Amino acid sequence: MSSVAESAHGSEAHPDLVHHFESLPAQKEAATFGMWVFLVTEVMFFGGLFLAYTIYRNLYFHAFVQSSRHLDLTLGGVNTAVLICSSLTMAMGVHSAAVNKRRATVGWLLLTVALGSVFLGIKAVEYKDKFDHHLVPGEHFRGEELHVVGDEVRRAQIFYSLYFAMTGLHATHMVIGIPIILIVAWMAHRGRFSPEYHTPVEMTGLYWHFVDIVWIFLFPLLYLIGRHH
Amino acid sequence: MTTHIGPGETRPPRPPAPPSLTEPPAPRVNYLNVAYGVKSWLLTTDHKRIALLYLAGITMMFFLGGSFAVLIRLELVTPAGDLVQSETYNKLFTLHGIIMVFFFLIPSIPAFLGNFLIPIMIGARDLAFPRLNLLSWYIYMLGGAFTIFALVRGGVDTGWTFYTPYSTAYSNTHVIAAGLGIFITGFSSILTGLNFIVTIHRMRAPGLTWFRLPLFVWAHYATSLIFILGTPVIAITLLTVVLERALHLGIYDPRLGGDPILFQHLFWFYSHPAVYIMILPAMGVVSEVVACFSRKRIFGYEVVAMSSLAIAVLGFLVWGHHMFISGQSTYAGLVFSLLSFLVAIPSAIKVFNWTATLYKGSVSFDTPMLYAAGFIGLFTIGGLTGLFLAAVGLDVHVTDTYFVVAHFHYIMVGGAIMGYLGGIHFWWPKITGRLYPEMWARVAAVIVFAGFNLTFFPQFILGYLGMPRRYHAYPEEFQVLNVMSSAGASILGLGYLLPMIYLVWSMRYGPRAPANPWQAKGLEWQTASPPITVNFERQPVVTEEAYEYAPEENAKIV
Amino acid sequence: MSDHIVSPHVYVGVFLVLLVGTGLTVFAATVDLGMWNTPVALVIAVAKAMLVVLYFMHVKYSSRLVGLALGGAILWFVLLIAGVGMDYLSRNWVGTPGT
Repeated sequence: MSSVAESAHGSEAHPDLVHHFESLPAQKEAATFGMWVFLVTEVMFFGGLFLAYTIYRNLYFHAFVQSSRHLDLTLGGVNTAVLICSSLTMAMGVHSAAVNKRRATVGWLLLTVALGSVFLGIKAVEYKDKFDHHLVPGEHFRGEELHVVGDEVRRAQIFYSLYFAMTGLHATHMVIGIPIILIVAWMAHRGRFSPEYHTPVEMTGLYWHFVDIVWIFLFPLLYLIGRHH
Repeated sequence: MTTHIGPGETRPPRPPAPPSLTEPPAPRVNYLNVAYGVKSWLLTTDHKRIALLYLAGITMMFFLGGSFAVLIRLELVTPAGDLVQSETYNKLFTLHGIIMVFFFLIPSIPAFLGNFLIPIMIGARDLAFPRLNLLSWYIYMLGGAFTIFALVRGGVDTGWTFYTPYSTAYSNTHVIAAGLGIFITGFSSILTGLNFIVTIHRMRAPGLTWFRLPLFVWAHYATSLIFILGTPVIAITLLTVVLERALHLGIYDPRLGGDPILFQHLFWFYSHPAVYIMILPAMGVVSEVVACFSRKRIFGYEVVAMSSLAIAVLGFLVWGHHMFISGQSTYAGLVFSLLSFLVAIPSAIKVFNWTATLYKGSVSFDTPMLYAAGFIGLFTIGGLTGLFLAAVGLDVHVTDTYFVVAHFHYIMVGGAIMGYLGGIHFWWPKITGRLYPEMWARVAAVIVFAGFNLTFFPQFILGYLGMPRRYHAYPEEFQVLNVMSSAGASILGLGYLLPMIYLVWSMRYGPRAPANPWQAKGLEWQTASPPITVNFERQPVVTEEAYEYAPEENAKIV
Repeated sequence: MSDHIVSPHVYVGVFLVLLVGTGLTVFAATVDLGMWNTPVALVIAVAKAMLVVLYFMHVKYSSRLVGLALGGAILWFVLLIAGVGMDYLSRNWVGTPGT
């Protein structure tokens, strides 16, 4: 392995510049582009579930309406607001890193984690509620609460399968994201970042905003079907 | 150049002779000997070492998948299902498919040759994200471990296609473990594709414009687009199968109103483009080899480059041709049939252009060129039979028969694997610093070609006559063709064993290779064999077009 | 991505619009708009997503390559929905073989 490469200008290289990049801006451009390429894969990953949802909602609209009404609109709405707040705090965290405000960076990142945790807590409450009302797919699924009978009960199971799969996958992304934010917050606390180099904060921000966007779509699609009946 | 010798002076010592083709360079530090020990390999971030780590895994998987093929062909020597039970046979073809598709063919050229060559071909010191590269290898091995676990615990019998509701509700085999294994390995593909795309966009040497890139790089760029856009879909598809089996989240269960065809749509949305993942890199190899061994620039370079992108994009529009008889709408079948005819066009363009490159070229048939020639012929046959399958009416007759099996083996074995072997031989001197024994290599190439055709051509006939695929017993009248196929398989196996032996032999006893044993164009041949860790002593600057062989001839024929 | 530093005021502004949008989408769901309920909900969601993408994720200040990647993702997602949707929509147009 070669030693620290000299920058294109021949001066002492930035300690965060890796040997195979010419300059710190080039390295950062590559990281940003790379993160976006990863987010493309995430769009297609969630996309498969959104496809299944689209097909079945069109096939079994009534069962979807009845199933959706049982979801707690208040909790869902609060969670949406919580996640949007956490996107704000995350963006503020990136901003603070860019203007070299170390303590503010840590603060905003920790606030993001707190809000994300609130989201997960509310989600857990919702899941438990579904469990208590026999709305978890499987042999214990019962449709009385949804005021559906016969075939519609079975189709409601499809709704709830999609509900758990989609919100579960989303929640998993948050469960992965939160430790990452904590690690980045720790790095910020240790003074690891500067206006020239705070790429990990930015990358984490991109990931977190993506997770927020998924929920921006999940909320109306799952919670707001046929609320006007 | 003489120096004047005055009286009383002695002749000055002669300068050292310049390195020539026949004189091997003195050994010096390169990426292989710069560090020794297990840690230096398992914790490496050098793309060249990671490529070799992949080579080890890929080779293991090839022989594991191949051993299942051996058992399948042994069973099919006799019409009765007498070697194994039908349930066992189901597991054999399932594991053959899973291992060969996901753990051999998809990674093979990109993870080995692509990882090794792409940074060097573009004049970079490494890929954009070396640690992600290493991570991708560990993920590959972890996915492989899951799958081998499933195999050891009793296997899977759903076919590599995991069709529902059998895989979700009825199979009693280790679907979850195998599904998770493939799911995990998918992330290895995604990270590799991500690395390649960012690297090719952002790390090209000064002067290396897009249309000066080697076609091998174009091919891998197109392949990486498929990695990124397609792999996540198979990931979510397998995840939903696992969730349905494990947690009863039933979206494919017909008892609930689920549609098994939805699974097929999701599965083939990836798995069709996946076959282009398997063939595009091999096409990239063929472009490099044909240019070098014709001593000529590839005819229609820009068109060949664009056709790689066209294949990648169009390949995403045709998945329904795997579902003509599934219950998919006839109208959709019509659309997918038409698009499938269109996707053949860029592939055909490549074949025409490779052939045109040979015209007035100075052609020599070293081993890589033998494999490239074999590729062009066999891929053409495989591709043409794909058109038969794309015609809905004809497909109704031959789908799910050995005709399909022959079709895809012509492309994947006659095409992709021959491309892989050709590439291994072409770049072997660069990678190992050794020359392989040319005579043995040519013999092996001919054996592979002969064995391959004897194995798979009879299968076209069998399929057309009506022998279904995935059956371990068949009517007596099909035995002769089956025996021919199995005989061919043993010859093919010998053909694959020979390179294992002589390539390994050459690493120790082969003559040392000079930097450019083929006198080929391309940045990888401008650096030592094997290269130093950072690939180049000095940052290369590119001033000429790709494939500047015999420039005066190129000026006449473009 | 340029070194453009987005002002916190922009972030707060976007945040407030996102909250308003959330309220709007809940309200719209309670009104019977017939077949327009779904498109309205989707339009609002897309608008919110675009704000997050452009401002929180800095795409407005990023390279064309990033925009291309994003466009590719959206296009491919639409392709998945359209291709599969084409099958389900047309199942009754022309009979399936054997029926």
